[in-house]
Amino acid sequence: MRRSRRAKLQVFRAVTFVLLGAFFLLPIWFMFEFSTRGVGENSPRTLDAWKAIGTYPDLVAGIVASLQLAVITSVGILVVLVPTMVWVRLRLPRLRRVIESISLLPLTIPAIVLVVGFSPMYQWMGNNFSDSILTLSLAYAVLVLPYAYRALDAGLAAIDVKTLSEAARSLGAGWPTVMWRVIVPNISSALLNAGLLSVALVLGEYTIANNLLYPNLQVEIVSLARTNAAVSIAVAVASLLFAFLLLVALSFVGGQRGGRRRNRERLVQTFARDFSGGTR
Amino acid sequence: MTASVEAKPRAGVEVRLENLTRRYAGVTALDGLSLTIAPGELVALLGPSGCGKTTALRLLAGLEDADGGRVVIADKDVTNVPANKREIGMVFQAYSLFPHMTAMQNVEFGMQLHDVDAPERRKRAGEMLDLVGLSAHMNKYATQMSGGQQQRVALARALAIEPKVLLLDEPLSALDAKVRSRLRDEIRRVQLEVGITTLFVTHDQEEALAIADRVGVMNAGRIEQLGPPTTIYSRPATPFVAEFVGLTNRVAGLVKGGEVEVRGTRLPLVKADTPDGPAIALVRPEAVTVAADGDMVPGPLVGTVLSTVFLGATSRVTVDLGDVTVLAQLPTSDATSLSAGTRVRLSMRRDPVLIARDEKVSTEA
Repeated sequence: MRRSRRAKLQVFRAVTFVLLGAFFLLPIWFMFEFSTRGVGENSPRTLDAWKAIGTYPDLVAGIVASLQLAVITSVGILVVLVPTMVWVRLRLPRLRRVIESISLLPLTIPAIVLVVGFSPMYQWMGNNFSDSILTLSLAYAVLVLPYAYRALDAGLAAIDVKTLSEAARSLGAGWPTVMWRVIVPNISSALLNAGLLSVALVLGEYTIANNLLYPNLQVEIVSLARTNAAVSIAVAVASLLFAFLLLVALSFVGGQRGGRRRNRERLVQTFARDFSGGTR
Repeated sequence: MTASVEAKPRAGVEVRLENLTRRYAGVTALDGLSLTIAPGELVALLGPSGCGKTTALRLLAGLEDADGGRVVIADKDVTNVPANKREIGMVFQAYSLFPHMTAMQNVEFGMQLHDVDAPERRKRAGEMLDLVGLSAHMNKYATQMSGGQQQRVALARALAIEPKVLLLDEPLSALDAKVRSRLRDEIRRVQLEVGITTLFVTHDQEEALAIADRVGVMNAGRIEQLGPPTTIYSRPATPFVAEFVGLTNRVAGLVKGGEVEVRGTRLPLVKADTPDGPAIALVRPEAVTVAADGDMVPGPLVGTVLSTVFLGATSRVTVDLGDVTVLAQLPTSDATSLSAGTRVRLSMRRDPVLIARDEKVSTEA
């Protein structure tokens, strides 16, 4: 009885795995197939579109800009969010709900509405400060806030922040030492997850960049699609694979002592969300 | 457990808490608490939840700020000194080892912050782990150790920085009874060996009485009584202390001429100046003896056994005297024949008793 139930469960798992795998991989496969078609009928497969990626300077600039934005946004959000969340847990626990509500707010606001709000700010910044594409990281910090908050909150909930920080304080540690040597090493998985989510989200962002007239990777892909669809699709596949490989690599780097499985689970969720949700 | 420890005995320092006050949103947690701990002394603060004992310890540690009063360590006012500058070692109720470090690294952590050279640091960390009997576990992480081992490492870690004062915030409460008892003795041994001034906070009276040089019984943010464990137990200063520390029978009596007459037995008073009149006498169960009543003659101390509870070396017998139920604590060998329903005669040893006047009492005695 128990054995047959276990066998059924295994079959169910296998079927679910195959279906989900097909759901994620088939579109990528067909994109790859499209990007490798020859020009005429019955033409052999070719990697010309892939080889041409480096020959579009705007596309390369978009790739570089998106990568820089991903790094700046993920580092920036962690630098702001981690000390704030730790401080709220230690000193202002009553404000936790308020902070949580504020942090999750961007989830409820469509990106196009955010653009309307950001537009005057970026106009002012362009006139008085800088119109560099890297200023997009401010808008992206708002976008990734809910995801980063959730990941960090789970990490902080898994340790006794108060006792650990008080123990460190009683041993002579100042607050920077408490943060850097006690809290951060114990939430490394959460930091990694928050970082991965931020990277994935920034690499896939289109709406805000396009409406604020900043040419990031996604904007360049769409732009290129009008003139050379094969190269555009090749870049899209490459960016998906790059994000996936990056997440895998970071998962293994940060997956020490028990956090590895959690990271992989998070990785699959991240990839699924990024891929199925498309660009924001 | 290792016997050959090389911890250097050091002279403790005096600690003074002067008129400390702490309020939380209108609730007074500490109400002008004053306490002086002599150099090298171990004082236990004992009291029920919410009495302010942990608050007092946290103010001494610098983990919270006082609303009033002073904290003085070694004649230096440290009231406004942050926790990391107070030179205090602390063991917490919750397991507080840093999970990403081994036992050795945990013990070395504080010394690193105090700029102790690496070879000296390793040597001293090894000595400290040896002191608590865990040198064989130095490469283990917290998750690989039992609760008792974790608390011993936490003790070694606290002592490794050679603090002026050691603070123990209910460090045994998460442990099972056997480990708790063993670790309690360990802590006392280490404290005596190191000679460090120590404040130990607990709600467990047995723990406080067993480990401390002096016990401070706290209630509502104040110390009700401070004294050696034997005094706290045998001569409680207030009804609260009498009832919180150990079990107590509340028996109606009549105070007259410096004694109280309880059901025909005259008992001396802890406070000889207690005014005459009806009163409730607080009588310890171990001051009550029980004997089977052969002649069945009714009397004020003749009753029926309701139950006998086996506690190991002793047993607790509950006797119904008609208008009141009295507890007696006897050697188990004397209690084996006292099954429920047995007619017994009680007698009370002439230990000094305390009088409570907080409820209406009958003049019948």
